[in-house]
Amino acid sequence: MRARDFITRTGDIALLSGRAFAAMAARPLETRLWFAQMEQLGVRSLGVAGIATTFTGMVLALQTAYSLPSLGVKYYIGSVVAKSLVRELGPVLTALIVGGRIGSGMTAEIGTMTVTEQIDAMRSMAVDPVKKLVAPKLAAVLVMLPSLTVIGCGLGILGGLLVAVFQLHVQASVYLNNIVQNLTLADVVSGVGKSFVFAYIIAIIGCYNGLHTEGGADGVGRATTDTVVTLAITIMISDYFLTKLFILVVS
Amino acid sequence: MPPDDPLHAPPPPQAPDQARPEAPALFTVRGLTKGFAGRNVLDGLDFDILRGETFVILGRSGSGKSVTLRQLNGLDKPDAGSVVFDGTDITGLEERDLYPLRRRVAMLFQGGALFDSMTVFDNVAFPLREHTHLSEAEIAAKVKEKLGLVRLPEAGPKMPSDLSGGMRKRAALARSLALDPEVLLYDEPTTGLDPITSAAIGKLIRQIHRHLDVTQVVITHDLDLAQHVGDRLAYLSEGHFRFLGDWAAAKRSSDPELGDMLSGREWEEEDDHASSAQP
Repeated sequence: MRARDFITRTGDIALLSGRAFAAMAARPLETRLWFAQMEQLGVRSLGVAGIATTFTGMVLALQTAYSLPSLGVKYYIGSVVAKSLVRELGPVLTALIVGGRIGSGMTAEIGTMTVTEQIDAMRSMAVDPVKKLVAPKLAAVLVMLPSLTVIGCGLGILGGLLVAVFQLHVQASVYLNNIVQNLTLADVVSGVGKSFVFAYIIAIIGCYNGLHTEGGADGVGRATTDTVVTLAITIMISDYFLTKLFILVVS
Repeated sequence: MPPDDPLHAPPPPQAPDQARPEAPALFTVRGLTKGFAGRNVLDGLDFDILRGETFVILGRSGSGKSVTLRQLNGLDKPDAGSVVFDGTDITGLEERDLYPLRRRVAMLFQGGALFDSMTVFDNVAFPLREHTHLSEAEIAAKVKEKLGLVRLPEAGPKMPSDLSGGMRKRAALARSLALDPEVLLYDEPTTGLDPITSAAIGKLIRQIHRHLDVTQVVITHDLDLAQHVGDRLAYLSEGHFRFLGDWAAAKRSSDPELGDMLSGREWEEEDDHASSAQP
């Protein structure tokens, strides 16, 4: 029964994805709704995502310097910080933090609408809830999560720079030169590429759980928790396979 | 529950005589079957809804009334049987193909189901903005007209959370009326309201019927409301209609369960029992 549930759910999510992407492209484009969602989902997540990645960059610089002191590794801090952030920590941390925040918000919002029959009301008025609710959220997250990831990586590198200069006494030019010499386009493509996939996962799981909420306020609570847990696990697991895939493609 | 309510006694001479021969069926429902968790909630319902009438489906909590209503605009699909609306079988239609029907068939939900992120004005304007090319000024005029009709002329700028239960239902009714539908489906329009507000809603449903030339389907367990608004009634119990006809026939019916319900004898007691048995 559980295996069957899982397969049904996966199939439903695939169907919802297809409908959401089709609705995104269908006229009229609901750009006003998209921008509203970008503001709500993206801009308001900037603070929390920025703080997380800045401090991660600072910690990376410290850890690198103190765990391998003998190798003169100080002068490579720039590339260690930048590569770790851009390839891995930036996209994953941003997705986990932003996903927890906005994925659960989507489930709570749509789930409440489901249990109070607002979704049915929309359907009864010949309006597609996927077009009105899911597509704008998907579009907004697909734009905002990669943007937040890029900004986050930038802030992380800056955080690393501060630690390198003021605590480890590495010259700023050395730190930055090291990054410029070692960070490749492939690193950036791999990181940003991941964040597009994470964005899709966050929006679809958040919306899917909302649309399938049952049983009043209690049900909304359960669906919201379920979203946070499912997102965290799905992001971590898919990250491994995305990394693997990317390495395969590049080599 | 006054059995000699003046509102249901006089209509039979005109309403059925006029309705039956002239008015063709707007909805033709045959063999409607729907089950949940291995139990058939609806077990082969057959009924017609005639153009221009107010058809009441009466039944206890959990008897499948809402499930029946949701088949009429395709919100739910039956397991077997067919629903034909104005010559079109809607049972096999995809969601998107149901949209033309849903513009003609509006539904009032039990809790109103107003969008709580929008003002009452935007709620009523929502279907107009979605489906018409009216200018904002024309939309404003139309919203004002509909809110006036449900006697909420001042409620436009308010949020749904600022309204009482009765006001919320009236605002939702205004939204249902926005596209001037041919059919109105009412899901338990008086549940959760006090008797005075319930009576006001009943009156509103009658007025809408009289002034707007709509076909109405009302599902309820409120006998007062049913008597007040219904031209014909069906009594749903255990997946079947135990009775279907006009009020005069209902009063003559020998069905004991219907008799008990119409006299209000066992009704309240059983209703309490039924609702306490709900999960």
